[in-house]
Amino acid sequence: MKALAARRQDRRAPIVLLLLALLLTGGLYAVLAPTSADATPVKASTNDIDTGEKLFQANCATCHGPAASGTASGPSLIGVGAAAVDFQVGTGRMPMQMNGPQAQVKPVQFDQEQINQLAAFVASLGAGPAIPTAEQVDPALGDVANGMLIFRTNCAMCHNAVGAGGALSQGKFAPNLWATTPTHLYEAMLTGPQSMPVFNDANITPEEKRDIIAFIDQQGGTSPGGLDLGALGPVSEGLWAWVVGMGLLIGAAVWIGAKSS
Amino acid sequence: MTTTATPTPVEKLAAGTADYLDQRTGIGTFVKTFARKVFPDHWSFLLGEIALFSFITILISGVFLTLFFVPSMNEVHYEGPWAAMNGVEMSEAFASTLRLSFEVRGGLLMRQIHHWAALIFMAAIVTHMMRVFFTGAFRKPREVNWVVGFLLLILGLAAGFSGYSLPDDVLSGNGLRITDGVVRSIPIIGSYTSYFLFGGEFPGTDLIPRLFTVHILLVPGIILALIGLHLFFVVLHKHTQYPGSGRSDKNVVGYPLFPIYVAKAGGYFFTVFGVIALMAATMSINPVWNYGPYDPSPVSAGAQPDWYMLFLEGSLRLMPGFTEFVVLGYTVSLNVLIPAMVVPGILFTLLAAYPFIEAFATGDKREHHVLDRPRNRPFRTAFGVSLLTAFFILVLAGSNDLIATHFHLSINDITWVFRVLIFVGPWFAFWVTKRICLGLQRKDRELVLHGHETGRIVRFANGEYIEVHKPLDAHERWLRVQHDAIRPLEIEPAEDSRGVRRKGYALDRMRQRLSQTFYEDRIEPVTPTELAASHSHGEHDAVGPADEHAPAALTGAVGGGQHLVDPQDETTPDGRNR
Repeated sequence: MKALAARRQDRRAPIVLLLLALLLTGGLYAVLAPTSADATPVKASTNDIDTGEKLFQANCATCHGPAASGTASGPSLIGVGAAAVDFQVGTGRMPMQMNGPQAQVKPVQFDQEQINQLAAFVASLGAGPAIPTAEQVDPALGDVANGMLIFRTNCAMCHNAVGAGGALSQGKFAPNLWATTPTHLYEAMLTGPQSMPVFNDANITPEEKRDIIAFIDQQGGTSPGGLDLGALGPVSEGLWAWVVGMGLLIGAAVWIGAKSS
Repeated sequence: MTTTATPTPVEKLAAGTADYLDQRTGIGTFVKTFARKVFPDHWSFLLGEIALFSFITILISGVFLTLFFVPSMNEVHYEGPWAAMNGVEMSEAFASTLRLSFEVRGGLLMRQIHHWAALIFMAAIVTHMMRVFFTGAFRKPREVNWVVGFLLLILGLAAGFSGYSLPDDVLSGNGLRITDGVVRSIPIIGSYTSYFLFGGEFPGTDLIPRLFTVHILLVPGIILALIGLHLFFVVLHKHTQYPGSGRSDKNVVGYPLFPIYVAKAGGYFFTVFGVIALMAATMSINPVWNYGPYDPSPVSAGAQPDWYMLFLEGSLRLMPGFTEFVVLGYTVSLNVLIPAMVVPGILFTLLAAYPFIEAFATGDKREHHVLDRPRNRPFRTAFGVSLLTAFFILVLAGSNDLIATHFHLSINDITWVFRVLIFVGPWFAFWVTKRICLGLQRKDRELVLHGHETGRIVRFANGEYIEVHKPLDAHERWLRVQHDAIRPLEIEPAEDSRGVRRKGYALDRMRQRLSQTFYEDRIEPVTPTELAASHSHGEHDAVGPADEHAPAALTGAVGGGQHLVDPQDETTPDGRNR
């Protein structure tokens, strides 16, 4: 006990304590943080518009109106199509958790069957883009190089060169694309959620959309040079040059300087 | 040591070689002088070495890169292992960068070593410059060497920027386009200069070969020459040393170059190289295949330059766009000219000219080889911190989009906050730093006059409590009283005794005002008289109660407490290297 009391006076003690506290906080967070629900895609059941309507009335009508024709707090959903519903609900953006610059991704609230039922109901209100087939979004069938060219002309100015995400005005932002499923990527291009423009099939053909998906799949998050540092470009590189590089070198200089005297 | 034994074959060989060289070059005298040259020891003196060693790393890795890089803007179609670029039209420069990264053995590692070393090089220059600035190492006779160092900083920026642009990717192309815009914003000569630099309309086909020449020949050549001059000055002036007992402007206290510093510097070179290699092996840098070959149309989110140019980006991002006017059919782009020319112009001029401004304000013509403790020069320290604050705010402003996405803030609000901060922040930083410096100086005075608090409380027989203070030893005290108190300049009156106006009074008056700004607020170091007064005061305290009430055992051992605890042995070196 006496040894412990003596050590407490050591000037390294606060650093050790701080590290321990950080470790403990991090560990607790890792254990206690809620895990995100993973919606597994289920084959759409036979037309279940009625169930979809009930779900709609219970969860969506407050803002979008009982007839889905929109209110002051939510847009009309007539003609937005099944693709929009699958994207918005399937990524957890809808039902919206809170008002803000834009709807944020959160744990998905429905299973894929319920999402399909909701989508079927909304699709029945008016013609709109449908959920793409598995073949339409298969990254293996796309041309990566063509995807790169289309991506950097149409997408990179908001989503960053490889889809790491970027800022928009007034707190809105273009999200990171690496964890988004190919189906949701396709639907987003087709329906243009929130600040995103619509890229219809005349603008970017279905094949080209698949090329883009192939590019994101091939390049997003891969990094031949080592840790990608967020793929954010020179700012994060500069930050790490100072933190890691200068940190280690100044540490070594202090050590060498202390060695002789 | 080997006088009695016969020399071994190795010793014979070494002696023979040394003799051979000495007879032909006279190198013996040179080695003798240098091996015995004394350098003072402190970790912060190694900061400049980081810059030197990372520059050597840059040179070595750069030579490797030139073996494979093709500085040409000819259009080719890429065929290679990186699927996302297959069949894409690009310049030979970009294609050869991809080949260097994915096909040349060790090429990617070398590219990353080169680029990380460049970032470290600039970071080390800035850190080294901060050390020199805050310790006043730029004072006479070293002003010229400060300017040489400043030029090295500017050349480092030029080297970095020209190299960053060579791979001809979208990101560096965006940077060049901004450069083009900045050049064009210069009134009258702007567009002509732009055409001259790019060999026609941007981007043209001349730029990459031109930048290549600048990057591998011109700039590194001048940098090498200036590094030689920089180090020559260090030898000529001798190295500065931190204040401490036994150190003065007339001596250098330290260890000889050989073997201590040869070993230290040699070892530190490998440390620097090792850290850079470690970073290059584990962390991706400038992945040009992410950005793709240059094409003037696309710009990706998060387009920023390397960190040392980021302040310019931030300056441009902060400037409101409405400050562009058309006067008599000519466009005056103040929205570009001010942030990209005037702001860095002010920052760099202040930086380069500071030694001369300070010398003007102090009127000090003496040579200085003992460094200042930053707290003892509050104006200088505060000024340096406020320059750094301005730089840092601009760097943050250049990263406003990443701050927005990572902290879920509105980019518009961030920009407005920085627009205010760039005016308020440096002043606030100046004020806070100056107050801290003055506070630390007061603390020093307090320590010198009253000694360390020991936590020992003594009660006298009359019930009075006092805390025993332990006096500073001679080394500790010297460190806190050795500096000069610089007072504002006194000038001769405007008119002489016969009422004739004096020539040069206006200049003197200005100089006095500057000097007052620098040195009006100051805490002077404890003088011997003050110290003596404080001692007698302490003893008086001690003697008073002791005489009247205290037991005999405590007599002369209690009080303001100067001698209750024996002073440390004044010859121990403990306090020296602080």
